[in-house]
Amino acid sequence: MTAGAFDNHHPPAAELIKDCVHCGFCLPSCPTYVLWGEEMDSPRGRIQLMKAGIEGEPLSESMVGHFDACLGCMACVPACPSGVQYGTLIADTRAQVERRYERPLRQRLLREAIFRLFPYPRRLRVLRGPLVLYQRSGLSRWLRRTKLLDRLPATLRVMESLIPTLTRRQELPVWVPARGQRRAVVGMLTGCVQDALFPEVNAATARVLAGEGCAVVIPRGQGCCGALSQHSGREDEAITFARALIDCFDAAGVDYIVVNAAGCGSAIKEYAHLLRDDNHYAERARAFVERTRDISELLVELGPVAPRHPLNITVAYHDACHLAHAQGIRSQPRELLRSIPGLTVTEIPEAHLCCGSAGIYNLLQPEPATELGDRKARNLLTTGASVLVTGNPGCSMQIAASARRLGHPLTVTHLASVLDASIRGVPL
Amino acid sequence: MVRPGTGAGPGSQPHILPWLRVSQDSDRPPLSLESEKDQTGGVGATTYQGAKLALLAAELSALLGPNAVITDRQRLRTYECDGLAQHRVVPGLVALPESAEQIAAVVRACAAQSVPFVARGSGTGLSGGALPHTEGVLIVTSRMRRILEVDPANERAIVEPGVINLDVTKAAEPYGWYFAPDPSSQQVCSVGGNVAENSGGAHCLKYGFTTHHVLGVEVVTPDGELVWLGGTTRDVPGYDLLGTFIGSEGTLGIATKIVVRLTRAPESVRCLLAAFPGVDEAGAAVSAIIADGVTPAAIEMMDALAIEAAEAAVACGYPEGAGAVLIVELDGPAAEVEHTFAAVRRHCTAAGAFEIRVARDADERARFWKGRKSAFAAVGRISPDYIVQDGVIPRTVLPDVLRRITELSAGTGVRVANVFHAGDGNLHPLVLFDEAKPGEAQAAEEVSGAILDLCISYGGSITGEHGVGVDKACHMPRMFSTDDLDTMQRLRRAFDPAGICNPGKVFPTPRLCGEVPGKRKGVHPLQAAGLAEQF
Repeated sequence: MTAGAFDNHHPPAAELIKDCVHCGFCLPSCPTYVLWGEEMDSPRGRIQLMKAGIEGEPLSESMVGHFDACLGCMACVPACPSGVQYGTLIADTRAQVERRYERPLRQRLLREAIFRLFPYPRRLRVLRGPLVLYQRSGLSRWLRRTKLLDRLPATLRVMESLIPTLTRRQELPVWVPARGQRRAVVGMLTGCVQDALFPEVNAATARVLAGEGCAVVIPRGQGCCGALSQHSGREDEAITFARALIDCFDAAGVDYIVVNAAGCGSAIKEYAHLLRDDNHYAERARAFVERTRDISELLVELGPVAPRHPLNITVAYHDACHLAHAQGIRSQPRELLRSIPGLTVTEIPEAHLCCGSAGIYNLLQPEPATELGDRKARNLLTTGASVLVTGNPGCSMQIAASARRLGHPLTVTHLASVLDASIRGVPL
Repeated sequence: MVRPGTGAGPGSQPHILPWLRVSQDSDRPPLSLESEKDQTGGVGATTYQGAKLALLAAELSALLGPNAVITDRQRLRTYECDGLAQHRVVPGLVALPESAEQIAAVVRACAAQSVPFVARGSGTGLSGGALPHTEGVLIVTSRMRRILEVDPANERAIVEPGVINLDVTKAAEPYGWYFAPDPSSQQVCSVGGNVAENSGGAHCLKYGFTTHHVLGVEVVTPDGELVWLGGTTRDVPGYDLLGTFIGSEGTLGIATKIVVRLTRAPESVRCLLAAFPGVDEAGAAVSAIIADGVTPAAIEMMDALAIEAAEAAVACGYPEGAGAVLIVELDGPAAEVEHTFAAVRRHCTAAGAFEIRVARDADERARFWKGRKSAFAAVGRISPDYIVQDGVIPRTVLPDVLRRITELSAGTGVRVANVFHAGDGNLHPLVLFDEAKPGEAQAAEEVSGAILDLCISYGGSITGEHGVGVDKACHMPRMFSTDDLDTMQRLRRAFDPAGICNPGKVFPTPRLCGEVPGKRKGVHPLQAAGLAEQF
């Protein structure tokens, strides 16, 4: 099979495509269908395009455009009564697109820049200094006031708007002992964006885990999990990152690998699929996936032991797509939040709709991403909650930026930070 | 599978019976061989029709603005079928209008060029009613999804045709009202599509079909005029054109605004799930409940195979070992519901139910329904391919017909899962097969057709709610006489003299059903009346 859109190396599988019975139940779950109301920007339509590609249609600019427009939010997966594995289909399709389609130069450069920076925690940390200076020197305010900011290209403008107010980053120790009786030894993934832009979330995660009786191992020099590469079809790069991460944590000898970023967690849980052709790693990848848990998943599994102090606040909980749709984790974070005395959890209308962050989607497709972000923020504002809790750094930045743009700045925080505040008895 | 030819050529718009051709078509150019071969549907100017469509595409782009007209082949292919994927036709063009006026303009442009058009909402129909025309325009209403007015005091809402059925209920819910028609696809299907198909749903046993919940529609007629049928009140003097339009499967025009009737949310809703050893016992329970004078909001039945599929798909947790389950829902004033609920439990137990679960809250009720509502698509988990059938029988013969279906299945080796609205005798047999295995598709088609014949022979109908579309057009002559069909055709022509509005649907065509050989006797009455010519 050389004609058509795909080559022989893992094209979207015909057997998986055949599972789609064209019932349309995915349509209302799909953010791009909700935005544009057209078939080719729906899961059903994209599957139809894959089918056309297999049957000989070339990988045209328009076809690639519709694949690129997919946020990869996976909301269509739980919505599908026929059990179509859209996640696998779009992942295989994206890898084909990356390999076989030459994008325009501008796009190529942008992607290259993104992938030279974001999957490298050290490079991101180096950026912290200039960013803190930018935020504190008044330069950012000046740029805004003089409207110079508006003249920047959309991607840079979006990036600027996303940066959260940076807090002091303290180096985490390699070993955090469990408090009280030790119940498990867990390895903690610090991530790239989480580590550079939300160091306080990692610190809180480590404290909560220790408080709940886990000894926490935080291997130095752990790299990127490869989520961004994997979700963008950069298969080889993703495989390299995955192997390195497996090596790093296998050496640490832990019971569980705990992840506090939804995107990373869902990517790691795809390792078995990603490394299916790798004789040395396929088995290890399967075992690695078995031991990987989102922080909320593990805490519910273990059950609480640390006493909670009351937090008298109303929070809205936002389901990160890669937590709710990709990993099926919906009840655990809510359960943990409800376990805090005094805390009320409210639900956000249109909760299933992605906020538009979607990895690097908001940088590559700023327009639909902004539209979705603003829609999410408006829905959020109807709840009246003053604090938004979520489990993914991308969502945090995206929704906070949209709320600021709408003139309603919000406190956006991570589940771990809320639990940490409650366990320590300090205000959020 | 039936794969119809990719649309009739311009000279062979055969809407009537095989040997009839309507005179209005006769001024069209003759069928060219090239256009027969041009099956891709891409807008190429290599044929007369291709050139016509290219011109039309330019005109529509000017009318609708950017990104509202689709002409490239790959994108067009994503519209090649609706919810019935067995029939596929790539449309000539796709238009995505955003207002009633835009739809009217598109239709006027089509009418001026004698280009056929087909309306499509969410594309969830199960009879191929929105199957595109290869040389026509597919007018998609998915961008017209504004709820224009919710007026609970007057029990109504006004919506655009692309609004999703369930979104009407969501909009009315805060006021304590809802939109009663609830097809299983209600979270996806459009109200415009509901009007075209006169959609029913699980609860139409008590509440009726879409036609009972629409007060008026704004319609674009096949010549592009915007008119209102019905109104905002319950009854309008004159002929019931609204009743004619609803359920006409898109052959009389396109609904552009719909005044829907809202229904007061009941004070109390109770739902139970009863498990029976087999369908006979469950069927007996249904008859006993209705005979007792109880009108539940819904009585749904699923047989063992359907339960297996639903369990595989959504893990609905129905009682183990059930040969059939009934979902019975009662609603209304609390006192009445309490009383009748006890009667329903009694009848279920008496008929042999071995487990009865009563939903404690809305969540549990939703779980009961989840298995039923996802059953069609869920069958994909237990069979690579399947046909969703839709037939109606008098409720009293339910056990007989089910037995005959079981015999059919045993005799042919074709598995049939049964899901149905037991309360009003609307069957949805799901005929399972594997296209990859030679002969299976053919056998499944035959069983599926035989089930419809069974329905007719028991005094029922070939469709309860999915419509005729292209899928059952060939069954129409089995249910209706030639005179019946001719009369319907004359009605259709009164609205659509040019035959451009969703042609090839509902009525049998030679291409679809095959020319029937045989002698012609005398002059056909339509020909005698000068309305049609014979060829």
